[in-house]
Amino acid sequence: MADLAINGDSAIALAWKQIDPDVCAAYPITPQTIIVERFSDYVADGEVNTNFVCVESEHSALTLCTASSSAGARTFTATASQGLAYMWEMLPITSAMRTPVVMAVANRALSGPININNDHSDAMAARDCGWVMIFAENVQEAYDNAVMAPRIAEHHDVQLPIMTNIDGFILTHAVERMTPLDSKDVKSFVGDFKPLYPLLDWKNPVTHGVMDGPEYYYKHKYQMVEAMENAIKVTEKVFKDFKKISGREYRLVEEYMCDDAEFVAVVLGSSYGTMKAVVDELRAEGKKVGAIMPRLYRPWPDKHMTAALKGKKAVAVLDKHAPIGAYGALYADVCTSLIDMKDAPAAYNYIYGLGGKDATAKDFRTIFEDMLAGKAAKYTFMGVDE
Amino acid sequence: MTSYKNMPIGGRALQPGKSEEVETGDWRSFRPVVDPELCIDCMSCWIYCPDSAVIVKDNKMIGFKMTHCKGCGICAKACPKKAITMVEE
Repeated sequence: MADLAINGDSAIALAWKQIDPDVCAAYPITPQTIIVERFSDYVADGEVNTNFVCVESEHSALTLCTASSSAGARTFTATASQGLAYMWEMLPITSAMRTPVVMAVANRALSGPININNDHSDAMAARDCGWVMIFAENVQEAYDNAVMAPRIAEHHDVQLPIMTNIDGFILTHAVERMTPLDSKDVKSFVGDFKPLYPLLDWKNPVTHGVMDGPEYYYKHKYQMVEAMENAIKVTEKVFKDFKKISGREYRLVEEYMCDDAEFVAVVLGSSYGTMKAVVDELRAEGKKVGAIMPRLYRPWPDKHMTAALKGKKAVAVLDKHAPIGAYGALYADVCTSLIDMKDAPAAYNYIYGLGGKDATAKDFRTIFEDMLAGKAAKYTFMGVDE
Repeated sequence: MTSYKNMPIGGRALQPGKSEEVETGDWRSFRPVVDPELCIDCMSCWIYCPDSAVIVKDNKMIGFKMTHCKGCGICAKACPKKAITMVEE
């Protein structure tokens, strides 16, 4: 297919059209709305066979998704911010029921104060709910992740729901150049959904969602831990297969100019692009710097991150959310990957870009300048006017 | 105990009637006691029991399954002959 000028939401809707899921639950919320809006066009125009359900809330959306996935249907939905927060009660249930629902999350600040702009406070608040989580740097990756998501989630060694995250407005609404795949390639890449013990298998009746005593609950949680661990290998395999049909190569932990780098910055989402530009700028000045992005955020690619950070002098970890009273979640995760490293790099946490506050190349440059000058602090809340 | 490896994922029950195998009547504070002299085998208790605690054999009510009875007392209320009394454990 020819290249398109397209925004991130429409790119995801296009991927969904090519996948043609069985069920899609839709409830609008900015900046995700364009996804389900475009997708509803495809439904209305008869371009997909999806059962498109307009639900009355996000809680209902995810409840419906969990139920329809249990029934044996490939099920998609999308949300953002307060919508994801409203789904919260269902998030760990969807994963515990081992229903591989695919959900696009257009990352947006959580209120309050009321704010609809981009940051990662929605996804980070949901990070320990047993969902696989993957992030995108640009519109191309938003599309590519949407194509790969069902393969990861539905793999029988995983069987967990997946969140494909894209930065609200920065990627959801900005138009970029994107190379889509042929629909037949997407179809054969994704393949059929082969659910385990679906409710609609009349010949083999089963019960889903039963009460679990302590002994069983404990074991079921461990099964999820193992499944999440399996998602590391499965995602790597899916990335490898995806390269064959797209020519685009992805890694669990992306590294830019890191081989001989002494100072690196770890960042998630669209900011990775900005960070790479800053690395180019500083490299031209002879500074040994690099950038890292954990494309797969849950399961945490621990060994990959350790390998990426080995031998570095210092690492700055940027969090686009602020747990009030703790360090950023990404920083805490990176620190766990440094624990058993000999001569581990110093690690600094930078909070940035909350509620859509601009995160410019100039801002990111100061982070490297801090580290190069040995003046970085363990915790910096960037850009607050004194 | 079953190995986690042999358990169906997601808390799925692959065979029906599994609840029969799990004892759930160990937190009762009152137990139902039936007087066979008064019982007319009308099956009201069997119908109203929210669990599966009333034992019926050959169309006769023969007692209670104490591994499943929670002591709720609904059977005693439902009995038209007041044949069931609730006794403190």
